[in-house]
Amino acid sequence: MASENTIHVSVVSAEEEIFDGDAEFVALPGETGELGIYPLHTPLITRIKPGAVRIRVAGKDEEELVFVAGGLLEVQPDEVTVLAETAIRGRDLDAAKAQEARRQAQEALNNRSGKIDYAKAQSELAEAIAQLQAISKLRQKRA
Amino acid sequence: MPASKEIRSKIRSVENTRKITKAMEMVAASKMRKAQERMRAARPYSRKVLNIAGHLAQANPDYVHPLMQKHEQIKKVGLIVVTTDKGLCGAMNTNTLRAVTQKLRQLEAEGVPSQVVAVGSKGYGFLSRVGATVVAQVTQLGDVPHLERLIGPVKTLLDAYQNDEIDAVYVFYTKFVNTMVQEPVMEQLVPLSPDKIKPERGTHTWDYIYEPDAQAVIDDLLIRYLEALIYQAVAENMASEQSARRMAMKAASDNAGNVINELRLLYNKNRQAAITKEISEIVSGAAAV
Repeated sequence: MASENTIHVSVVSAEEEIFDGDAEFVALPGETGELGIYPLHTPLITRIKPGAVRIRVAGKDEEELVFVAGGLLEVQPDEVTVLAETAIRGRDLDAAKAQEARRQAQEALNNRSGKIDYAKAQSELAEAIAQLQAISKLRQKRA
Repeated sequence: MPASKEIRSKIRSVENTRKITKAMEMVAASKMRKAQERMRAARPYSRKVLNIAGHLAQANPDYVHPLMQKHEQIKKVGLIVVTTDKGLCGAMNTNTLRAVTQKLRQLEAEGVPSQVVAVGSKGYGFLSRVGATVVAQVTQLGDVPHLERLIGPVKTLLDAYQNDEIDAVYVFYTKFVNTMVQEPVMEQLVPLSPDKIKPERGTHTWDYIYEPDAQAVIDDLLIRYLEALIYQAVAENMASEQSARRMAMKAASDNAGNVINELRLLYNKNRQAAITKEISEIVSGAAAV
């Protein structure tokens, strides 16, 4: 746990943990302006812009630099959490991605009926399972 | 009895197959370690998001996000089906798809139409072959899952939920229990149950300073949370894939070994029979002279 004059900092993204450790001071690009956070900061939550997070690690002279593509920042008196994005995001960009995904599926969908052929599904799965069972039986017999 | 030459070429062919399966087994084993690490690396994020969302929910008990709102009647549902892109990994995809088929059938019996988002080409191929309504798909994810590729397809279902077009979203994937055991699971993604969103800390009341405002932050967070869950499912599926493939390929290599042994035995018997025959021919020939 962080002591009185340090603050626990963790920078995580959905894909990995980027930084985790105690720091004396953290500076980040907040949505409404650059933020500097010392220990015992009042609880705060805000979006951050793409940019560098500067972390002055406790007991080290050099500053740790972490680049984030935006995200969310949560501050507690003894803890700073940066939920970093893995990519540059934006409402329009997300919508475009959804649109693209839908379009691709639509293309594939256009040339067939919407009815689910359960018989076909069942037989296809049954066949695969039967094959696998046959293999394992064969194996048992051999062993 | 087959000629010796035929058996020899058969042995050679099986040996070649074994070389390939052996190589695949080793490749899968090394990829499995990395996939497992990635799966673990993704965990802190969803835990942190959940924790913050819990604080927020506590500070704003009245606010109910559209994704947390339960729809009265289930008229249409969405399914996210996570499978692998490549085969040769045992029964893993088959088991997941069987669970999906079961669910689809049950839904149809209840008169509830469904929409499917397919992640991975095995599931996509199967679902479009059998005629499920695939509204979005993402395939060829490679060995490293990227959240960026998943955003679009997932958003189609979440948007549909918020627009009241669908009333529940389920996700199917293969859960990684350990390197020997992987099991297909179905989880409900939305509506998000408020029970899931609970803070870790004590219950004394305090609130954040919000920039820009609370609602925007909560909305952002919930979407991130859901995406993290999907990402987690995909990462877990990939770890399962490599483990399953390793096991399948190990079994295949072992089988090839057995087949080779049997063929060798046959070959030697054959050879000996030929020699015996030759000797007896010579002996009886000599006796005749």
